[in-house]
Amino acid sequence: MNINRRIFFKTAGVIGVSLAVGSTLGAASPESGEIEFRGILYDSSRCVGCQECEKACAAAHELPEPQDEVKAGVLRKTSETQRCVVNNYNTSKGEVFIRKQCMHCNEPACAAACLTQAMYKTKEGPVIWREEKCMGCRYCMVSCPFDVPKFEYHSANPKIQKCDMCYERILKGDKPTCVNACPGEALVSGTRRELIAEARKRIAETPKAYTDQIYGESTAGGTGYLYLSPVPFNELGFNPKIQNSSYPELSKGFLYSVPSVFVLLPTLLLGIHEATKNNQSKNEEND
Amino acid sequence: MTSPSYSIVKDNDGRSIWSFFRSELRPKGKWLTPFNIVSIPIMLLGLGIIIIRFANGIGSVTNLTQETPWGLWIGFDVVTGVAFAGGAYVLTFMVYILKMNKYHSIVRITVLNGCLAYVFYAGALLLDLGRPWNVINPIIGNSFGTSSVLFLVAWHFMLYMMAELIEFSPAIAEWLGARRAHKILSGITIAAVIFGITLSTLHQSGLGALYLMAKDKIHPLWYSEFIPILFLVSSIFAGLSMVIFEGTISRKVFSHQISKKNHHAEKGILHGLSKICAGAMFAYFFLQLLVFIHGKHWDLLNTPMGYWYLFEMIGFVLLPMMLFYYSYRTNNITLIRVAAILTMLGIILNRLNVSVIGFNWDTPVHYIPSWMEIVVTLAVIFTEIWVFRWVINRMPVLRESPSWARNEN
Repeated sequence: MNINRRIFFKTAGVIGVSLAVGSTLGAASPESGEIEFRGILYDSSRCVGCQECEKACAAAHELPEPQDEVKAGVLRKTSETQRCVVNNYNTSKGEVFIRKQCMHCNEPACAAACLTQAMYKTKEGPVIWREEKCMGCRYCMVSCPFDVPKFEYHSANPKIQKCDMCYERILKGDKPTCVNACPGEALVSGTRRELIAEARKRIAETPKAYTDQIYGESTAGGTGYLYLSPVPFNELGFNPKIQNSSYPELSKGFLYSVPSVFVLLPTLLLGIHEATKNNQSKNEEND
Repeated sequence: MTSPSYSIVKDNDGRSIWSFFRSELRPKGKWLTPFNIVSIPIMLLGLGIIIIRFANGIGSVTNLTQETPWGLWIGFDVVTGVAFAGGAYVLTFMVYILKMNKYHSIVRITVLNGCLAYVFYAGALLLDLGRPWNVINPIIGNSFGTSSVLFLVAWHFMLYMMAELIEFSPAIAEWLGARRAHKILSGITIAAVIFGITLSTLHQSGLGALYLMAKDKIHPLWYSEFIPILFLVSSIFAGLSMVIFEGTISRKVFSHQISKKNHHAEKGILHGLSKICAGAMFAYFFLQLLVFIHGKHWDLLNTPMGYWYLFEMIGFVLLPMMLFYYSYRTNNITLIRVAAILTMLGIILNRLNVSVIGFNWDTPVHYIPSWMEIVVTLAVIFTEIWVFRWVINRMPVLRESPSWARNEN
């Protein structure tokens, strides 16, 4: 019995510590250090709905060129063949164009959900998907509050499609291809800090042109994609249910309880086992 | 160490180990039973669908969409199936930790049932993975997504299958006549039990915790930060109801294998289990009530989803709870079985409400599983029953262990 207990403690210890400590230390946290998160500022008041960004994006990522045109009142959605879309909404200030794609959250739910780190928040800011790691469980799609990751259901070797902020180009110091393609400078790239300062400046300089909010500054714990708009964002199809704190925070409590359960529960069970042992031998004598 | 030398496999009149396995693989008794006639075509059809799924992608056989990435294969096969397999950890806790010896005769079949449920229902997960060849990534290599609840669940599934295999392994050793192995394997049972209960506690709740990040997508009547605890508590009576249900069928099908003593003990076991179920369900119902009051969703009750919620809570939690209690007081065995079936329906309802029905409930187009998803699910269940039956007909699961194994302790 002593040997068993020793074996048990060893197994429980080794596995418990590796699982438990691993999950504690691995909790997503923004990178600190020299490199700042990069992002994109989209100013909806400058967007004319020309779809140049959509075309450039499709060309850059070997996806079919979008054929449907932007029409007021017609909702186009990102899909497994389209990583970004521009829509036209009828609002209190007339027709307003709005672009939708991955938000590149500071603390992305998809990356926290991914059990293979295929969804990954790079230290440069973009959230990327890594083909060689993904096992296609689609938990990222369940978790993403913006419903961004799209899955190729009709492929035997399916991929997850979503905007990666042209990570390869960012590594080389280039701008994302959509920013380059935008003729009206509705899209600006830079570090997240610079972009927030720029957005604040625009609101301060022409307060009448904008609603007083930078969407993404605190949404879902802060996102790499930032929005300015002339009208409140709930008029532009943004999900009003999305919270301001980060989403991985929601499962943190559970994950943090794992190490304690892993240490305390076996101890308790072993204790009860020892305590009831005498009972059993007494019962057996009585039988 | 001077121990008598036992051969690994018993002497089968000089037959080799291979001819022993070959004879054991052959079916015993007639095989054109009604169950086989129903299950074989479905299993073959399921196999065909699985081939199409791997050739043309998941979308070719399922109705999954970008809004509903997890359907029947996850919501029923995995999330519900694992809750039903919870009987194994509850019973091993009662028998090996609390020493409630009354239940000893049903431990083996419950552990076997649990073990196979994990192998098959968690195995069904592979069908749902888009890129199953990478399934090894969270286990080996440098791709540990340690901040993921699914990472924890995946590891726990794997470790728990091993723990259950160890718990069941003495029966395999008895089948093979491996005395030495039997002694060693019986010795580590308690370690496997303690490890297994800990793992179960964490992954039964972990299955609920998977949905914590989907806060905006699950209907507020089913979403709360207490999902993990609700899943854990409900797995207790889900598992025990499965034990009652499975016992009812096994008692009829494998009647000749059960000793007279155990036949007589059955009433007492069911009686005890109904009491435990009633208690656990009361705790669960009370928790649900607290969560509901805490969530302040009174206004939602008077909506279609609200009626559906009341239907689940009253019809499939409160009612079977009272049935369990009543049948315990009046010692009504038939009513216990009715309560168990109602409870199981309630668990299916609850798990599907969280994972499928209440998930993105407000999208215009709602997911309804395709007939092919249902056939594959049935095929998985039937295959499990086939293996279950094969094992019971060969290993001492229901029937008494050979005398050498009983005298060992």
